[in-house]
Amino acid sequence: MGWLDTLVQGILLGGLYALFATGLSLIFGVMRLVNLAHGDFSILAAFMAVAAVQALDVGPLLALVLVAPAMALVGYGLQRLVLNRLLGRGVLPAVLVTFGLSIVIQNGLLETFSADSRRLNAGSLETASLPLGGGIAVGWFPLLTFGVAVLLLVALQLLIGRTALGRAFRAASDDGETAALMGIDNGRLYALAMALSLAIVAVAGIFLGVRTTFTFASGPDRLLFAFEAVIIGGLGSLWGTLVGGVILGVAQTTGARVSPGWGVLTGHLVFLAVLLLRPSGLFAKSQRLDS
Amino acid sequence: MTVAVERATSAGQVGLLVASLLVAGLIALPWAGDAGLMRMVVELIALLVLAQMWNLLAGYAGLVSIGQQAYVGLGGYALVVLADDLGVNPFLAVPLAGLVAAAFALPTAALVFRFHGGYFAVGTWAVAEVYRLLIANSGALGRGTGRTLRAVFPLARETRELATYLLAVVLGVTAIVAVYLYLRSRLGLGLMAVRDSEPASQSLGVDVFRTKLAVYLAAAFGTGTTGGLIYLNLLRISPDAAFSINWTAYTIFIVVIGGLGTLEGPIVGTLVFFLLRELLADHGSWYMILLGALAVVAMMRYPQGLWGLVAERWDVRFFPVQRRVRDVAGVSVSGR
Amino acid sequence: MTLLGVRELSAFYGDFQALFGVSLDVAEGETVAVIGANGAGKSTFLRAVAGALPVPREAVRFDGQPVGGLPSPALVDLGLVLVPEGRKIFPSLSVQENLLVGAYRGRPGPWTPERVYRLFPILGDRRAQAGTNLSGGEQQMLAIGRGLMANPRLLLVDEISLGLAPIVVQHLYQVLEAVKAEGTTLLVVEQDVSRVLAVAQRVYCFRKGAVSLHDAPSRLSREQIATAYFGA
Repeated sequence: MGWLDTLVQGILLGGLYALFATGLSLIFGVMRLVNLAHGDFSILAAFMAVAAVQALDVGPLLALVLVAPAMALVGYGLQRLVLNRLLGRGVLPAVLVTFGLSIVIQNGLLETFSADSRRLNAGSLETASLPLGGGIAVGWFPLLTFGVAVLLLVALQLLIGRTALGRAFRAASDDGETAALMGIDNGRLYALAMALSLAIVAVAGIFLGVRTTFTFASGPDRLLFAFEAVIIGGLGSLWGTLVGGVILGVAQTTGARVSPGWGVLTGHLVFLAVLLLRPSGLFAKSQRLDS
Repeated sequence: MTVAVERATSAGQVGLLVASLLVAGLIALPWAGDAGLMRMVVELIALLVLAQMWNLLAGYAGLVSIGQQAYVGLGGYALVVLADDLGVNPFLAVPLAGLVAAAFALPTAALVFRFHGGYFAVGTWAVAEVYRLLIANSGALGRGTGRTLRAVFPLARETRELATYLLAVVLGVTAIVAVYLYLRSRLGLGLMAVRDSEPASQSLGVDVFRTKLAVYLAAAFGTGTTGGLIYLNLLRISPDAAFSINWTAYTIFIVVIGGLGTLEGPIVGTLVFFLLRELLADHGSWYMILLGALAVVAMMRYPQGLWGLVAERWDVRFFPVQRRVRDVAGVSVSGR
Repeated sequence: MTLLGVRELSAFYGDFQALFGVSLDVAEGETVAVIGANGAGKSTFLRAVAGALPVPREAVRFDGQPVGGLPSPALVDLGLVLVPEGRKIFPSLSVQENLLVGAYRGRPGPWTPERVYRLFPILGDRRAQAGTNLSGGEQQMLAIGRGLMANPRLLLVDEISLGLAPIVVQHLYQVLEAVKAEGTTLLVVEQDVSRVLAVAQRVYCFRKGAVSLHDAPSRLSREQIATAYFGA
């Protein structure tokens, strides 16, 4: 029975990881960019929510409504002003610049908010649970997180599959040069993708902040988990990212149950196993693991 | 048109002189008796070697790794295990620790070489985290609190410090000379061809995979040996410190500011790094913010780094690794 | 009325000069052909006109306006559209979606997917399939259709016969005639000399990045063309 509970917790945790992973996967798909500061942006959003909650005396979910659009703007500006200038210069500049940004964000947060660990308080929603029968109870908040993850994935799927913007994303992802010939403004397109990516990761960061404590240094682990979820699920597949997140979440909760220090490590080991046995992931649409 | 291919430059000869003087100065330093200065030089050399290794990977082999801290940690822990648990002479254990790190680099490469580009970078980081967590969960290795290097306790402090210092100087000089000779060799030419164009070099008979693997293993050896040196100097090792991403952050800063893809760049970068550190010693996080911001700006506007700016302006090369084609009439054209 | 006026256009790939002072005109409603061997600079020329290479603003005039080097969105808005060499169909998009992307800039005009399907019925049959599931000839039709979806005044067509069977090429050229009949101006780059001469009012021959011959096809002999094509 305890194992079933572990499984359920892992699945719901997977929803959170899918939220982290989706933004990363989106920008990699559209512009072959890996944003090493991805996790740090989510923590930045969480701290912004902390500030909003303190300043405006609102709950974290309401703060989310303010923070997510703010992060979208940050993403748009970042891509337009900084990252677009690195396109076509190969891998190194983008890796180094986003790495530098990661350092700057982490230390900026440290300076602004100190090294204290924080938590976002969602009141009764945090502890309320839904009994599922058989002695298992599921927390409302993890369930909400999973639900939001699924909803966002559906919305993203619709955006990419049914709209002109989505077609432009896919065309640019296939062949940026030819997409430009169609009159697609790649610079603006990438900025929109980054805006979307950071908005989603802001949601992820805030949900994380409610779920657990976080500090200025919590970003890099989020990047790693997002990355692992994407790779396990397979590149190019949105729903694969959800499955990847779930597998990672279950691995982590299972490992933690065996021994508390082994949770994250088990996740890493499962990731490495998938990498060894099925390098293109479980649901890959594109068979490449390259930029 | 007859051409000659030449490598030496007059600046190179000056550079050789300067370098010899510098090394002589370093060897003479202990007679000045300042233990603090000696420790700082050891640190400086350690960072310089780390930077040269990372530069070799990223600037020459095109392998952008942000997981080299794995080998710093593995080297450090290997030192402690070799010296304390296996009774190896701690100074001899330093290069042996490098070999241990290189041994771990082989299966690591088998995994991370499945990635390319940005995902390769994250992959190397993920593997470094795995090593950190495995060690942090290992009782024999001291778990989260880590271990102390006891094998040096029988030595008098001055002896230990002097031996560590001299080992550092030897390591630093060896590393730079080795990298320089490698790049000047046929192998190095192949490496630079791979950096410039993988498909083209492959078609010319360069085994791209083996070249990259060899460089990755060599860099792991260099990084692991340096890890051993660092913890021989510090005497206390813990997983969070040994596998900290800061090792990579510092080396990236050093190489980017100094000049990627040149041998002189990391030297310049290390000096700048230490200078900034002394100036901003009391402002911990602002220091890191400045480092990060400078690296971002450098990458965007001045990718050739400080040394690159100097070299372009005055066409100077202290470590001439490129080959110049000179037609006999005296006009020369050089590659990088 | 001159729709496209190119004057002394030179283009470079880094230090390498690919075009040497090319001058060329296309009048509205005309079909002009550009022929030449591999590496003569034909595709480079089209790419330079279509904004994919940096060129001086004055070197290319469209409808009297200087447009050299303008970004593609601006050119598509003006009605200058390129059907690129090698088809370049988007694999992640269906046939219909490939057409819709062609209309991304929303330039007003008569072309819709339905109209393209009337021209190319087989595309209509396959409209939901992935763009690259089609045969080479079908992909070329799709590429032309995609170009038409932008409602072009001038359609630049780059090497449509490359790698295709003669019967397919024949059909494609029939389609080009139909497009001509709609009033679209065409600039066609081709290696298959005889095909394109049959459809063009004037022909330019390129050699080593410069114009080696320029006249109406009817006034040129095989010999003259061969000399201009291959050199003396």
